[in-house]
Amino acid sequence: MLSIKNLTVNVNDKQILKGINLEIKAGEIHAIMGPNGSGKSTLSHVLSGKGGYTVTGGSATYQGKDLLEMAPEIRAREGVFLAFQYPVEIPGVSNIYLLKAALNSIRKHNGQPEVDAMDFLMLVKEKVRLLEMDEKFLYRAVNEGFSGGEKKRNEILQMAILEPKLCIMDETDSGLDIDALKIVSEGVNSLRSPERSFVMVTHYQRLLDYIKPDKVHVLAHGQIVKSGGADLALELEEKGYSWVEEAAA
Amino acid sequence: MNTAIASRYAAEYPTIAPALPGQNLPWLQTLRAKALEQFSALGFPSPREEEWRYTNVSGIEKKLFSPSTGLTAADVDAEWLKAYQLQDAWILVLVDGHFSAELSVLDGLPEAISVMSMADALTTQPDKVEQYLGLAADQSEHSFIAFNTAWFTDGLFVHVPAKLVLDKPIQLLHIVTDSDAMATTRNIIIAEALAEVKVIETFIGVTNAYLTAAVTEIFVGQNADLTLYKMQSESEKAYHFGGSYIKQARDARFTHHNFAFGGLLARSDIHVDLDHASECELNGLYLGVKRQHIDNHTRINHLKPYAISRELYKGVLDDRARGVFQGRVIVAVDAQKTDSQMNNRNLLLSDDAEADTKPQLEIYADDVKCGHGVTVGQLDEKSVFYLQSRCVDEETARNMLTFAFANEMVDKIKIRGLHDMILEQVLARFPQQGVNKEWL
Ligand SMILES: Nc1ncnc2c1ncn2[C@@H]1O[C@H](COP(=O)(O)OP(=O)(O)O)[C@@H](O)[C@H]1O
Ligand SMILES: [Mg+2]
Repeated sequence: MLSIKNLTVNVNDKQILKGINLEIKAGEIHAIMGPNGSGKSTLSHVLSGKGGYTVTGGSATYQGKDLLEMAPEIRAREGVFLAFQYPVEIPGVSNIYLLKAALNSIRKHNGQPEVDAMDFLMLVKEKVRLLEMDEKFLYRAVNEGFSGGEKKRNEILQMAILEPKLCIMDETDSGLDIDALKIVSEGVNSLRSPERSFVMVTHYQRLLDYIKPDKVHVLAHGQIVKSGGADLALELEEKGYSWVEEAAA
Repeated sequence: MNTAIASRYAAEYPTIAPALPGQNLPWLQTLRAKALEQFSALGFPSPREEEWRYTNVSGIEKKLFSPSTGLTAADVDAEWLKAYQLQDAWILVLVDGHFSAELSVLDGLPEAISVMSMADALTTQPDKVEQYLGLAADQSEHSFIAFNTAWFTDGLFVHVPAKLVLDKPIQLLHIVTDSDAMATTRNIIIAEALAEVKVIETFIGVTNAYLTAAVTEIFVGQNADLTLYKMQSESEKAYHFGGSYIKQARDARFTHHNFAFGGLLARSDIHVDLDHASECELNGLYLGVKRQHIDNHTRINHLKPYAISRELYKGVLDDRARGVFQGRVIVAVDAQKTDSQMNNRNLLLSDDAEADTKPQLEIYADDVKCGHGVTVGQLDEKSVFYLQSRCVDEETARNMLTFAFANEMVDKIKIRGLHDMILEQVLARFPQQGVNKEWL
């Protein structure tokens, strides 16, 4: 699905990612954990094509194609989805408008006709129920005036509707109370399939209690300093990050 | 100040005056004479005046606009007009500043309310008009008011008695069809205590150069609720000067939605006087393309305690267009507990576009909550990327965000037909590639 080799990235001439290597197979869930400032969001952004980052070396291959060559919207249409750590408010564009625009862009990209209006509404309403959201949210402007938790839930709603192949979730758990965390996790779990992979960026073990990862990686100072199974997350929870950082130093 | 052009207008006045309404009313004759004198002395405003610093009106001094005569309903393209007529509204149509009974839709009005042309009001209820004309608009303040007072040919007169809630809006459809015409209209809208009324002013014109000088005086009675919509879609060669002067009684509510789309040079003045615990909300959207110059001037006078004012003006400027916003909020010594918020946001789509914004707070009371904010800038790149990450290509993302910026103001319009009409105007003025109207 995704193969990252020796990826180095600069921001304003400062090296932030210092040689990342990551292999993610279809159907796998990978957790990337690490202290604040270690480069987790940078990695998520670079994979989804945000501007302001300079790739100075290495590669990222997605389904056999050079991911870094593609425009952000092409990556998205090819099935890469980033659930933002800080979702952007877009006054004046309703949620439902954006969902329709996004879904139809994907369909067009795949040579399919526009989605039927009734089918679309049914699909959207089903997913709204899945995430236990109020239908009114659909007609509100994207993220405008949403609470932190509502924004995160809205990201997952978009993900559930667009059915991406590679889901990158950047700290989706932060800002969620325990009930919302359960709902979001169930939503994510319902999307698990042998064709879909997840990269879950998180700070805490909490989310991983509900969504069990296949692999856990620790990112520190722009490098993956340790990789392991789901148990590694528990160990991190217990001992904090310093021991892996020290071990790597 | 250019009084040469003023004297040319004044020289023509005696030939025009006999056709103006209210000839038999001495008070009006006196008022008009005084206004003519004031205009002759002042001429059109000059950029040397503080309130006209950013708006040079010398363009209108290059020619003499004259009142149009002899046009009839038959001269108006009915199909074209239809696009601007609201369904389910009472409509008063003025063609080149003259009432057209044929094009107007005024039947079925409740007995107690008056919706008629100013000329009719001057015939049937001159005392009422005398009581209000010039009460809210001070003609010494502004030479366009003086100009309007001397020259007005007709207008809209609305009187809604106490406690009456009007279920349909009233639309003033102001059309100019004649080249080099001046359309000078004077409107009075009175909502007595506890009345509720919605009035829509629509200014349109064919593709000529002409001059609109309209003054609207509005009186919102105690606990009354009045909403005024203005859609200015004059021709791209037109000059538009529109003033709305509002007096609110205790606990009155006034809401204004001001859409400025047309005109080569367009200026609107909105002055609101707030009494005890009254509330006003001023919303505005101006879109400038090509070489348009669009100026909005607002003044909110907090005269008494506990009044609330909310103001949001947004501008989108492309090509070489220039937008001006001057917003003054004046809080009198007595106006304790005033709560006022003023915002102006501008989006520049081209390097040659310009926005001048000048919020002014003049606060003489000490226990008040007043705030203001202005921005002039480009589209937010974070938002562009967010949309791209949701499969939308960059050009469409930019168009969507531009549209969305403007749409925030359009969305506030709850009268369906008007909402759709304004939406059309917005979409017609900006790149729409990728913006899907059917999904809005
Ligand atoms: N636009 C930027 N300009 C300068 N430094 C940045 C920028 N974005 C991120 N950084 C730096 O890159 C490092 C990694 O940031 P980030 O990827 O957001 O970390 P994380 O998501 O792991 O908390 C931090 O040291 C941060 O200060
Ligand atoms: Mg982060």
